[in-house]
Parts: sequence; C-alpha cells; structure tokens
Amino acid sequence: MVTVTSPAPQQGAVAAAAPVPRRGAHRWVSRFTPWLFLVVPLAFLVVFTYVPVVNMFWYSFTSWDGIDPVKEPVGWRNYVEIFTRPEIFRVFLVSLYYLVGAALQLVLALYFATLLSFNTRFRNFFKGIIFFPYLINGVAIGLVFLYFFRPGGTLDATLAAFGVTEPPMWLGDPSLVNVSLAATSVWRYMGLNFVLFLGAIQSIPNELYEAADLDGASSWQKFRYIIAPGIKQIIGLSVILAISGALSVFEIPFIMTGGANGSMTFVIQTVNTAFTFSRVGLASAMAVVLLVIVLVITWVQRRIVPDERGDLS
Amino acid sequence: MTTTGTHAAAAPATRRDRDLAVLAGPVATTLKYASLVVASLVAITPIITVVMAAFKTQEEFRTTGPLDPPTSWTNVENFVTAFTRGGMLQGFVNTSIILVVSLAGTILIGTMAAYAIDRFEFRGKRVVVGAFLLATLVPAVTTQVATFQIVNGLGLFNTRWAAIVLFMGTDIIAIYIFLQFMKSISKSLDEAAMLDGANRLTIYARIIFPLLKPAIATVVIIKGIAVYNEFYLPFLYMPSRDLGVISTSLFRFKGPFGAQWEVISAGTVLVIIPTLIAFLLLQRFIYNGLTSGATK
Repeated sequence: MVTVTSPAPQQGAVAAAAPVPRRGAHRWVSRFTPWLFLVVPLAFLVVFTYVPVVNMFWYSFTSWDGIDPVKEPVGWRNYVEIFTRPEIFRVFLVSLYYLVGAALQLVLALYFATLLSFNTRFRNFFKGIIFFPYLINGVAIGLVFLYFFRPGGTLDATLAAFGVTEPPMWLGDPSLVNVSLAATSVWRYMGLNFVLFLGAIQSIPNELYEAADLDGASSWQKFRYIIAPGIKQIIGLSVILAISGALSVFEIPFIMTGGANGSMTFVIQTVNTAFTFSRVGLASAMAVVLLVIVLVITWVQRRIVPDERGDLS
Repeated sequence: MTTTGTHAAAAPATRRDRDLAVLAGPVATTLKYASLVVASLVAITPIITVVMAAFKTQEEFRTTGPLDPPTSWTNVENFVTAFTRGGMLQGFVNTSIILVVSLAGTILIGTMAAYAIDRFEFRGKRVVVGAFLLATLVPAVTTQVATFQIVNGLGLFNTRWAAIVLFMGTDIIAIYIFLQFMKSISKSLDEAAMLDGANRLTIYARIIFPLLKPAIATVVIIKGIAVYNEFYLPFLYMPSRDLGVISTSLFRFKGPFGAQWEVISAGTVLVIIPTLIAFLLLQRFIYNGLTSGATK
C-alpha cells in the first residue's frame, strides 16, 4: 500500500550485495538519525528554557542591574532581602484571595459539570455560555471588568436596580480590590475546569450507572461512589494548577490595576523589580523562590495523586 | 425537544442521560434550571453591556446608564475610531503573522521531536524525555527575567521574532499531543516502507506527518487560542507601537482613550468577535482539544 518515490531501493540492493562494510556504516547512520530530528527541538528547549533557568540561579547571587557587563557576586544577600523586607514577601498574602477564589471556582465547576451530565434541555447552549469566557483575550477581559466595576458601571447599575444606592469603590477600596480581581479571575477560568470535569464525567462507562440503577442508588450516591472516584485524577490536577496559578497571578491585576491599591502580586512585583527598577539580581532571586515553591507543590501533588497513566515514554 | 442544534453531535443520548426530575422531583429540576440561568446571566451580562456601550455616541454614553441599550445598533463610528486611531488594524496584521509562523514552527518542531522519541531507540533517550518532562514544571512567567537577556542577546528584542521563537520554543504540550497520537499509528507502516527502501526522513514526511493531521488540528486550535490571547510576551519583548499585537494594541487604549469608554468598548468587542466566530465554528474540536491538552 505504501508507495515511496525515492532512490532508496538501490540502497537496499547494495546493502544486500555487500553486507559487512555497509552494515557498519548503516548502524552509524541509524544511531545518528534520531538526533537529526531532535537537534532543533532540543536547541529551542535548551536556549529558551534551560539556559534561562540556570542563568536565573546565577543572577540571583549577584547585584546585576541588567546592563552592566560586570555581575558583582553578593552571596545570599538577595534571598535575605526577600525574607527580611516584609513588603516583598507580604504580597504572597494577596494570593490568599485568589486561593479562596480558586476553591470557589473548582466547587462551581464541579457543580455545573455534574448538573449538565444529567439530561438537560439546551445542554450545549448552557455548556457554551459557561465555557466561553475562558477563550476570551485577557486584555479584553480586563477592560470588560474595568467597565463592570467602575463607579456607575454595570455592577453598580445592576445593584441600583435592586435598591443599593451607595455601592463601594470596587477597585478603589484596598479592602475590596482583591476580592473584585479574584472574582474576575473566577469568571475567566471557571469554564475550563467545568469542561474538563464534564469530559471526565462523561467518559465514565455507562455500565457503572446501570449497575447502580439496578441497586437502587440515589443521585447523591451515584455522585459519591461513581462520579467522584472517576474524576479524582482531573480534580487533583486542577487543584495543583489552581494553587500554582494563585501564587503566580499576573495578567488580570496587571491589566486592570497595575498592582495599585494593595493589589500587587508577587509576579507583578518581580517583573517591576527587574524591568522598572533594573534590579535583575533581586528579581531573579524572587523568581527562584517562586519556582521552588511551585516545584515543591507539584512534587507534593505527585506524591498524593500518583499518575496512573505512566509517563511520556 | 430536548436537543438544541449541536446537541446530537456532541453527546448522543445514552441510557445514563436520565432526567434529574425522575430522580429528585420537580423542586430539584427548578433549582437546576434556575442555577443554570443565573450562571448564564453572570457569564453574559458583563459582555453585553460592553457591546451596548460600543454602539453609543459620546453624548449618549454620558447620559444613559450601562444597562440601557443604545438608540441605534448601526452606529459603527466607535469601531472605525478603534480600528484606525487605535492601531487595531496593525494589531490584527501582527497577530496574524506571528500566529502563522509560530504555528508552523510548533508543528514542525513538535512532530520531529515526537517522531524521534516514539520511533527510535537510542542512547540518551531517557535523558531527552526527562528534559522535556522537567521543562513542563517551569512556569514561563517566572523565567522571563532571565529569558529577556537571551532574547536581547540574540538581537531579537523589539522584533516579531522574539514572540515567534518563544512561542515555538516553549510548547511542550504540543509534543505530548503528537506523541500520544503517534503511539496509535501502527509501526508496521514504518516497517513496510522501510522494506520498500524508504529512509527515515521520507517515512516522517510522507507517512507519519500526513497521518498526524487530527493531532495537528488539535495543536493548531489550542496553540492558536493561546497565541491570539497572549499578552505578556508581546508586551515585554515588542514595545514598539508598530509591533503591537491585538492584546498590546488594546491595552494601549487605556491611555489615550482613558475616558472614552465607548471607544474602548468597541475595541474590546473587535477583539472578542474573532474568538466568538472561532468558538461557534469549532466548538467540538475546542472542547476535545482542551481535554486532551490539559490532562497530559
């Protein structure tokens, strides 16, 4: 069936005629071939992932400003600064708002996914509407919600319809700004968790439900004993992504408030330290701290929820 | 009557699709639909009000509330302003160029890496696989501090190539998808071709690559959405006005149009429209693509 137009048949014939020397050459060639396919992918991987990571560790022990040809080593001073200057490390507290938001997001996603796994009118319509926000451009979402939260904006007008006449400053009040931003984040990302959960629920084999029906199981029992174990894996993954996402929040607050009014996050601060204040050394140390935290969380997750599917190879 | 237009295609009714009503009574059904309607309103209202604002004149915007519809749905003045003065045209051109080149690059790099890993046994394979795996754990946003120096050192700063190489170089998800799919392609095809005397490059180009079409479609969708929506890389690496992509062009609306919400709204709507069209046309592929991409 496979027709190949290449001069290769000759090659085969030659190899058959003179096996001994050709074999050696052939073996060398075949040992070399996979690397021909890998050289470009590996070059990209090394240049844009591994070299930056290694450099980042190196810069983190210097006081480099990003321009100076000399990178003055300063030992652990950058790390000491991160953990002793409260204004640097305190921004991690802002992540707590996003963590609470992420928990809410997962619960909502699970609720709607379970709901839509039952027979529902206009199922695809509801599925599409709940999911669509996830696809929207982050800057567009930022602007939509700046309009939503601005004084006299969509939220205030809606509240006014219910008789609330003096709404707070949703983005201007430091005690509220992170709640507003975390809510925006929930609005943006809930749809992804929802679709992933729904897909996992729908891939549970039918026989399990049929057996449960025969045994007279209630919907709650079906959720508890069939659906929940069936989607344990994807829930575990989502929890980890939610935690590392909450620690490295960037786009929504950067676009909407730029980190003002107490909405500064660790990543915005890292970026500002590097590119606004030109303290690449300190910023690298901050990035290393975040990287280590994310790696530890991922490692813990791997221990708690082992990957049943096996790895890449 | 329980099926909407696309319902049948996505989820054929099976015996497990029981009505909740049968199981838990009419109260549960009412609560179910009430919560779905509330969720839909929460999802839609912020967007609808922006769409309405985009059609209002400046005077009208000042005198009406956000929940009032515009007097004319055919007032496209704000869209014209956003497109011409807001640099949206330039943004769409740049995004398209970056999208096409980085998609082509990602597909080529991803399929080559997957072919080498899946179809060859060689010394160092475990190390290579481990290197790709380990890289998925590194959150890209943290390493930009150091990546910036590399991009700058290569002389790519403030060129479209900065975004293109970074999009191509950091996509390990694509390699996973190709690898997963390649495992389902029978090795006997390769062997038959090899008996016919085909070399490895021919097998890759003529046999494997064409058979990977479904996986390529998945990668195009996932990657396409990601590139279209990416904000930070172009913001950091392509600050020049002429190099604005749609994200950064729209972000710049915050400055000059600071108080003109009707123009900002129009720009926002312009950015959302292509996404909406793509979603309506490709729904099923998008759902499948995300499921296969996220669980890897």
